[in-house]
Amino acid sequence: MASLNIEPNIARPDDFYQALIDTHRDLSGEESQLLNAKLILLLANHIGDVDVLCQAMARARDGIRPAPTKVPR
Amino acid sequence: MDIDYQQLRLDYVRAAEQDAAAPAHYPVIVVGAGPVGLAAAIDLARQGVRTLLLDDDDRLSFGSRAICFAKRTLEIFDRLGCGERMVHKGISWNVGKVFFQDELVYSFNLLPETGHRRPAFINLQQYYVEGYLYERARELDGLALRWKNRVVAVAADADGVEVTVETPDGPYRVRGDYLLACDGARSPVRHLLGLSSSGQSFRDRFLIADVKMKADFPTERWFWFDPPFHRHQSVLLHAQPDNVWRIDFQLGWDADPEAEKQPERVTPRIQALLGHDAEFSYEWVSVYTFACLRMEHFRHGRVLFAGDAAHGVSPFGARGANSGVQDADNLVWKLRLVLAGLAPASLLDSYDSERVYAADENILNSTRSTDFITPKSEISRTFRDAVLLLAREHPFARRLVNSGRLSVPAVLRDSVLNTPDQDAFAGAMVPGAPAADAPVRAGGAPGWFLDHVGDDFTGVLFSDGTALAPEVAAALDHLGHAAIPIRPRVVVPAGTAPRLPHDLVALEDVEGKLAQRFDACPGSYYLLRPDQHVCARWRRFDADRAQAAVARATGNA
Repeated sequence: MASLNIEPNIARPDDFYQALIDTHRDLSGEESQLLNAKLILLLANHIGDVDVLCQAMARARDGIRPAPTKVPR
Repeated sequence: MDIDYQQLRLDYVRAAEQDAAAPAHYPVIVVGAGPVGLAAAIDLARQGVRTLLLDDDDRLSFGSRAICFAKRTLEIFDRLGCGERMVHKGISWNVGKVFFQDELVYSFNLLPETGHRRPAFINLQQYYVEGYLYERARELDGLALRWKNRVVAVAADADGVEVTVETPDGPYRVRGDYLLACDGARSPVRHLLGLSSSGQSFRDRFLIADVKMKADFPTERWFWFDPPFHRHQSVLLHAQPDNVWRIDFQLGWDADPEAEKQPERVTPRIQALLGHDAEFSYEWVSVYTFACLRMEHFRHGRVLFAGDAAHGVSPFGARGANSGVQDADNLVWKLRLVLAGLAPASLLDSYDSERVYAADENILNSTRSTDFITPKSEISRTFRDAVLLLAREHPFARRLVNSGRLSVPAVLRDSVLNTPDQDAFAGAMVPGAPAADAPVRAGGAPGWFLDHVGDDFTGVLFSDGTALAPEVAAALDHLGHAAIPIRPRVVVPAGTAPRLPHDLVALEDVEGKLAQRFDACPGSYYLLRPDQHVCARWRRFDADRAQAAVARATGNA
């Protein structure tokens, strides 16, 4: 199983970060939510590997609130 | 001229055995003459199992119920002897279109290849399906149908089931070796036995309007997200026979179900879709909600549950009636073998495990569709809208659009009845898969592969079209006469017509599609179950292995 790359991988981190923030300029909160959703979908398709995507989702959730455990039938 | 099945009254007839001192006995009692109970009873009687079918009403289906009948269900109806009539009356369709606001974002073809007898779907009102099944049922000896016969008590023991039936003439008792409950989502039999079906309810309401009108929409499934004529909700449009159109409007949870079905509320919604000068009349209007439910087990000793009695799904995906008919398809041959003493009763546990697996797949798919159509949270709606916005220009996003993943039969990949592959095969015909169809010619007459397999186990040997080795032909013939026979079929390439000994049936693979779909080469041998699912396959025929696979597939291993 491929694993999520959490080592530095972005060549110009400050440029990237600024571009990310700039992408949301002049948008309302709701519009920004929509942009983020589209961005996640585009990047997820680029990555393609569902195992990697699920690792990223779990890491993103980590430290916010534990994921609900699935109740067995 | 078609019979108006919605108006048909099925008379209660007093049965002689209602006066008998001791209860009469039937191998199988089926409760509920809906599509599932009728299909099961027809199949049982066809296969020589004397069957009693009880229904508490004196009418068939009326109003708006199931309309989409899937390819696999039609193939089962073909085996039961009434598929052609359904397809002749029904509206065949393969294409679905999805619109977001006022733009087409996605179009899908559910059967993009040729060489199949049946289309991906027909649309046909449930009352026609039940009417045709009912007429097929009446042709069969060994099938007793009783209307206005309501089951009021069920007592199951180790030897059988005793049922108390209430009739206009008072109650009577009848015994069965097995009881098959096909009595719908509210299943009285389930309640009488103190059993339950549990799952998830959805907080949304939908308005269904079946309207009669002359319209020139194509016979495709059209689904709108947030269209200009019904903002922020979804709409589905689908053609039915007799110029009837199904229109389904999402209303939201706060809608008043009584008020919303009044014509003064419905008419403006329909005019917004069709135009203000559209002429139409109402066939049916109702407001519905739904839940995804299932019983923990579908077998409880000598009582078996099928269809909505066992499991319920949301309507997006046409997985209700279709999966119920597939339950019956799975169960009947097993019951027949158990009743004939050719298989242990434990074979019926595979009905439970296989159809629980299928029900979970149906529930998963319809729940996902419902979550897409009816987002449960702000962020869920945001992602849904993002998918639809991207779908206009991005092919990847079209794959995420979910307006209903339409019914396909479960591949019973992990079934205990399968013999795992030892040889390498490519393609979809894995053990557990329902057999693919393809055009064949038998005895000079054009036909379809699936017409030549099923009811019994079938052994399909792919040959190169030259004469069979005598010992192979003799072994195939021998298997065809076993206690649990394997009916032999020899597939030959187009243009070859070898003379086969022992009256072996040759199927000419006229377009080469059969060998292609089964990834077969000369020598490949497939074993199909009586319900046409693959249960074993090898690159080389071996009679002992075939017999061992049948033993495994019948719980005799």
